[in-house]
Amino acid sequence: MLLQRFLIRLLTMAITLLGVAVVVFVVIRVAPGDPVAMMLPPGATDADIARLRALYGLDKTIVQQFFIWLSGVIRGDFGTSISLRQDVLGLVFNRLPATLELAIVALLMALAIGGTTAILGARERGTAVEAGIEIASGAALSIPDFLWGLVLILLFGVLVPVFDISGRVSPQLDLPFVTQFYLFESIVRLRFDLTKDLLGHMLMPAVALALPLAAIISQLLKQSLKEVLDLDYVVLARVKGFSETQVILREALKNAALPTLTLVGVQFTFLIGGTVIVERLFSYEGLGNMAIDAVINRDLPLIQGIVLVFALLFVLINLTVDMMYALLNPRLRHG
Amino acid sequence: MNATRPCLDIQSLSAVLPNGARVLRSVSLSVQPGEVRALVGESGAGKTMIGKAVLGVLPPSVRVVEGDMLLEGEDLGRLQPKARRTLIGARTALIPQDPLTALNPSRRIGPQMTDRLVRILGWSGPRADARIRQLLDAVQIRDPDRVLKCYSHELSGGMRQRVLIAAAFAAEPRLIVADEPTTALDVTVQKQILRLIAQLQREHGTAILFVTHDLGVVAKISQKVSVLYAGKVVEETETAALFAAPQHPYTRALMAATPRYTDPFASLKPVDEAVLAGLASEIAAADQAWRRPHG
Amino acid sequence: MDEGRISRHGSGARLWLAGGWLLLASLAAIFAPLIAPQNPLAQDLMFERLPPFWMSGAEPGFWLGTDSLGRDLLSRLIFGARIALIVAFAAALAACLIGSTLGLIAGYFGGWADRIISRIVDVWMAFPPVLFAILLVAVLGTGLSSVIIAIAVIDWTRFCRVIRAETMGQARMDYVENARIAGYGRIGIMLREVLPNVVPSIVALLSLEMGIAVIVEAILSFVNLSISTDDPTWGGIIAEGRLSIHQAWWVLVFPLVTLILTVLSFSQFGEGLKARFDPVLR
Repeated sequence: MLLQRFLIRLLTMAITLLGVAVVVFVVIRVAPGDPVAMMLPPGATDADIARLRALYGLDKTIVQQFFIWLSGVIRGDFGTSISLRQDVLGLVFNRLPATLELAIVALLMALAIGGTTAILGARERGTAVEAGIEIASGAALSIPDFLWGLVLILLFGVLVPVFDISGRVSPQLDLPFVTQFYLFESIVRLRFDLTKDLLGHMLMPAVALALPLAAIISQLLKQSLKEVLDLDYVVLARVKGFSETQVILREALKNAALPTLTLVGVQFTFLIGGTVIVERLFSYEGLGNMAIDAVINRDLPLIQGIVLVFALLFVLINLTVDMMYALLNPRLRHG
Repeated sequence: MNATRPCLDIQSLSAVLPNGARVLRSVSLSVQPGEVRALVGESGAGKTMIGKAVLGVLPPSVRVVEGDMLLEGEDLGRLQPKARRTLIGARTALIPQDPLTALNPSRRIGPQMTDRLVRILGWSGPRADARIRQLLDAVQIRDPDRVLKCYSHELSGGMRQRVLIAAAFAAEPRLIVADEPTTALDVTVQKQILRLIAQLQREHGTAILFVTHDLGVVAKISQKVSVLYAGKVVEETETAALFAAPQHPYTRALMAATPRYTDPFASLKPVDEAVLAGLASEIAAADQAWRRPHG
Repeated sequence: MDEGRISRHGSGARLWLAGGWLLLASLAAIFAPLIAPQNPLAQDLMFERLPPFWMSGAEPGFWLGTDSLGRDLLSRLIFGARIALIVAFAAALAACLIGSTLGLIAGYFGGWADRIISRIVDVWMAFPPVLFAILLVAVLGTGLSSVIIAIAVIDWTRFCRVIRAETMGQARMDYVENARIAGYGRIGIMLREVLPNVVPSIVALLSLEMGIAVIVEAILSFVNLSISTDDPTWGGIIAEGRLSIHQAWWVLVFPLVTLILTVLSFSQFGEGLKARFDPVLR
């Protein structure tokens, strides 16, 4: 039964991805500008343009183009970037690790901040501490990552210039890395000087991305913690002699976290969506920053590739959350 | 009785809601070591509040405004929160009302039963495990290996209540608060559970504060009984004496409203209105007198 | 009990503060030519990067200072409110209309209608919204209507998801059953019985969406893809401020504060309205 569920999920995922591919394809082909004309120097002949159009398959009908592109994608060939003249898949994989590292650091921050404030607020329920947490999370939630990024740039880039607000790593450093997962590799290689530099660059954009998510986690988790803390098994744990903090951590947290978890999944995809503009804001060399350039340059194959990779990432996250939910819920596990 | 120190001694305990309404009105009662004291009254009479007040788990909205609670001579109100928690954890236990919600759905039964022994009382793991198995045997659970590995939703209501009873007796508490432990169960299971509690109580000599609305249960299990109405003890006596000759009009009305197997239709009678009206004016006068010194 | 009273009391103050700021912004937008002290487009290299009025070196008439081309910041913010609010109202209304209609249909009729609409929502949710917006504006060409269309096309799913779920809940209620027994048609019941009950949610979402639209417009202006570059927009001023942040912090600070206040006001206004009009919460 679980396998059947899993297969149905895989099928819906495939349909969703196909839908995304179709929508991007249609949207891009409606574009009025001719990307080929932009690539050639002025004074190119019509024959030159036609040759180039044929090279990128742009002389065929939209339906033909779509199936040519799709069959390529299935074989792992996303085409060649028009503006960068490189393999799209290579370009995407070159940038994706930077975005993933940023998103994961932001997620961990959000979980840490949101979880801590939720536990604190639940423990101090009904006091000024809880009211303060409520107000702070309300503000953090209403202000989007783009504005948080600007606020952070002003505070820690200009007013108190303690953090880097531009780029992924200091350009003067020698990087010994073989993969693009700089942060991960710097830890594995025990080059903590580089880890420090990378985290210093990552901190501001990650905080900007993390704050709204942290606020949502804080509010939802606190609410469900407060509900759980009135239940009989929690009362029983108090009678047993456990302190309120122990009661929350040992008895309440796991049960309260389950309803929060599903929402964190969706919110994490929003966070990754936010990397597009936050990376731009902090000149962070990730996938989102490249995507904006691709749109501005009308680089059709690159746009398609990037959007599809983002979509794949989103559906994979939702799948992971579903699986985790099933795994953590004993009722589903045995039922 | 004799001159031994009571296991639990409550002296004129009063508690109020945020709007000033009193939920407990100068309640005094004591439980001697090894004695079962029933606390009987209708729902809303405050009987559960007394149990919760003793265990320190009153809802945040309820505030104790006067009175002392002595657990084996230790004044609970004078202790620091941490010391009070540890004392209550070591010397008392709770058998809750609803076994369906009193076990954590995401933890296995085993650790839930042993965690007090290991983490609060400092027992070794194997010793706690052996102890729990001994108690599971006493509550007639025949396959402890399976039960200890279960999650609560895999057990029936009766099984869960047995597990909770075993856990309550495991730490050899001096006092157990049993908060309507059979109310949520099927009628057939109720009798077995009641018999188990009575048997374990005799074997271990544990004092029990037994909260119930059921006079039939009172007759079966308790030696002493306090009758509670609107947060006030209206009658307090030996159980046998209560059934032989109820003194207070409310007790008599409550007995008249209790169903008897010989006359099932009598169960349809509510508690006599005239008695309740008399009680209400009596309590209003008492509240008036109480407010004067307490503002 | 107490908590409810406090939060309702709080919602009143929130409603007034948020509504006050939004009214102020709307008035500024409507009467921009009358209020603005300077021509927002007038460049004057003699007056470049003037600081705000309380700092030394400020010039009278340029209250919040000027940008690197000597344009008056306050006047640009006031004129920027026009575009921001037009986009907010038009885009949010359009998104609301599309999303609420589809949400009602999916939630009330269920079956195939629900399956198809939900699948489309899934596809939309798999797009990074900001990238989708940038892509759409790039394709449609910069301009006010492109921005509005792009935001509506992307954000209708927010309405659709919430209204679908609420409608499903309402459709199960007894009063809907009673109306059916009384012989009302399905569309009649949907509009007469179900729709009024989801209106508080629609209103709250609409207000929230206006705030989001303001942000998306600012983001589009920030990447230089919104309106024609001549018109002053909040996002455009921010982009300019981000570049000259070390020379003239005020070019970034004032539009940023304006944006934050506006976004906060829209979301709090929606919450406050919902708390006031939701019969269950009240």
